[in-house]
Amino acid sequence: MSKTLLRNDWVVMALFTAAVLSMPLWLAPIGAGYPDLLQKFAIFGLFAIGYNILFGLTGYLSFGHAVFLGVGSYTAVWSFKLLTMNVLPAVLFSVLMGGLFAVIIGYLSLRRSGIYFSILTLAFAQMSYNMAYSVLTPITNGETGLQLAKSDPRVIDALFIEAGEGLPSTDLFGMQMSGYPGFYFCAVLLIIGFFISLRIFRSPFGLKLLAIKSNQTRMLYTGFNTRPYLLTAFVISGMYAGLAGALMAVTDPLAGAERMQWTASGEVVLMTILGGVGTLIGPLLGVGVIKYFENIFSALNVDTLHQIFSFLPDWLENVVVWISSHFVGEGWHLTLGLLFMVIVIFLPGGLMEGFQRIGSALRNLFKRSEAVAAQPSEKE
Amino acid sequence: MDAIFIQILNGLDKGGAYALIALGLTLVFGTLGVVNFAHGALFMLGAFCAVTTQKLLTISKHVQDTSITFFDAYKDQPYLEIWWGDFGRTIIDWSVPLSILLTIPAMLLIGLSMERGLIRHFYKRSHAEQILMTFGLAIVLQEIIRSIFGANPIPTPAPDIIAGSAPIGALFGLDEALVYPWWRLIYLLFSIITVSGVFAFLQLTTFGMVVRAGMHDRETVGLLGINVERRFTVVFGLAAVVTGLAGAMYAPILSPDYHMGMDFLVLSFIVVVVGGMGSLRGAVAAGFLLGLLQSFASMNEVKTIIPGIDQIIIYLVAVVIILVRPRGLMGRKGVMED
Repeated sequence: MSKTLLRNDWVVMALFTAAVLSMPLWLAPIGAGYPDLLQKFAIFGLFAIGYNILFGLTGYLSFGHAVFLGVGSYTAVWSFKLLTMNVLPAVLFSVLMGGLFAVIIGYLSLRRSGIYFSILTLAFAQMSYNMAYSVLTPITNGETGLQLAKSDPRVIDALFIEAGEGLPSTDLFGMQMSGYPGFYFCAVLLIIGFFISLRIFRSPFGLKLLAIKSNQTRMLYTGFNTRPYLLTAFVISGMYAGLAGALMAVTDPLAGAERMQWTASGEVVLMTILGGVGTLIGPLLGVGVIKYFENIFSALNVDTLHQIFSFLPDWLENVVVWISSHFVGEGWHLTLGLLFMVIVIFLPGGLMEGFQRIGSALRNLFKRSEAVAAQPSEKE
Repeated sequence: MDAIFIQILNGLDKGGAYALIALGLTLVFGTLGVVNFAHGALFMLGAFCAVTTQKLLTISKHVQDTSITFFDAYKDQPYLEIWWGDFGRTIIDWSVPLSILLTIPAMLLIGLSMERGLIRHFYKRSHAEQILMTFGLAIVLQEIIRSIFGANPIPTPAPDIIAGSAPIGALFGLDEALVYPWWRLIYLLFSIITVSGVFAFLQLTTFGMVVRAGMHDRETVGLLGINVERRFTVVFGLAAVVTGLAGAMYAPILSPDYHMGMDFLVLSFIVVVVGGMGSLRGAVAAGFLLGLLQSFASMNEVKTIIPGIDQIIIYLVAVVIILVRPRGLMGRKGVMED
């Protein structure tokens, strides 16, 4: 019954929408119900959903997606500087720019597959990063990063409103994009993004991408030109990344080159894999887990650890605190790296596979107990 | 003319480092067939072997500073200096070259245990999964180093006697003002010696012969009753040692910090791809070639014509090579050609 219900896309969408919009409520008890973190969930969620369309469906492992994120941020900030502080044009332009860059990089990188594809995207990522730091300083403002200034033209805004004191903030037709309004703006886009990804997963296009993942050679032999499909997937995921970059600029209007570094692309790989690559909800789960625990773990320090473990005997407490202090605060990345390795080695399908395994184990357990319960009655 | 001469030296010097790093990576790929994203981390670990040696040699005692008489002043004096005086001071001064003694066994141990513990289980998995696992490993290694040594770069100077610059202008009968850092010259020499050493090992010993045969056709060598896997474990250890040495000797040029590995990782993959995946000669040739290209691209004359070319030249070369000739400059035909 519930299975068939979940197959219905509209039911899934309704559940998802309800879950996302009520996030401030149900995340509050675990200490995650504040706008900054929720915005991060939504933004990186979009990034990971987009990345999953490429990596999850086609199996092409890209280490260059942070480029599109960075491009999106830069475009959005420029839109704030030149045109208007309204976020809609910024988001629109960022998505288009992300798509444009994805067309160029994708067209070249997708000529190769496997590890060569990864290295090509890596090379493009490093190129963009280095250029953003050096030659393109007039556009990117180099190391300092691109920021808003009082003297920016803001052509459209200048027509309608008088410039106030101080730096203007981003808005949606007068609604300020910080705090909860900012989160709800990101959340609405996340829901739209999720809906598009759902439609792609269930479409013939998505099936073709999956077929490319499982056996590209066979697809080619049946006379099927795979490249346009791959490029489409690449561009779509680039646009998602551009959108995520734009939202980063919307919630905090500045852009820096370090967003484009290849290790930033590595982060989205971590999230996608951790949650479950190739599943609809997995990447979001990965984002949630990583961003949530990053928040929790980074805040811990030796003193808080002493409080947590104060129930232990003194000598043991010191040992435990000494050990665990390497894994929290600054050492959070160590925990993340270890967790990621464990997932890759033992659970290639990520947390989603873990849940499925637990689910089927439970189901077997129930079946067995039912069978055990049923057996004696047969004997009688 | 002088400028070009300096650039050639610069290029060879950079190329030496590139070649050394890429050699280990391509050796691992050629033999084990594993794409090792933790290779940069091995380089970083090597550099931190030099740091560790320096720290070990300068373990100090808190003593009263007798040179200051009008108030009680304390200073840290290394034990070596207390015990052996000037000789101890010399040892501390030479800590980077001495670190080779620590680097070789330490890296061998790290390499062997990495292969035995982790890499071994990933032979049969896809390249993507190998990349992901080793990428995770790289993060773990670099974070361990950060939690031990902190986040700041740690300066590890070369010995005083060769800290200055070599008057190569005078040596070669060029302009007197032409100088070049001694340590970089030594690094170039060191990289040439190490590369030749690895090649000699592979070409002249029976062990090397088996390894080369295994690179060529692993199955047949296995059928001949030779335990290829065990040899390949040793090869991984060897690659770790070579990379670690490259890192340890690089410490005076670039103060080691915990994320230097990630920067060098991309670079080493670029070199390997340009040379041809799994080709040893290709890696060395591509290392020197890219080093020269990069140093010529960073000349002011070139930069005024094409601004920013020095930042992207090697990546550009790599992109062109992958697109036009995916097996690289010297790759074997049929290896990784799609």
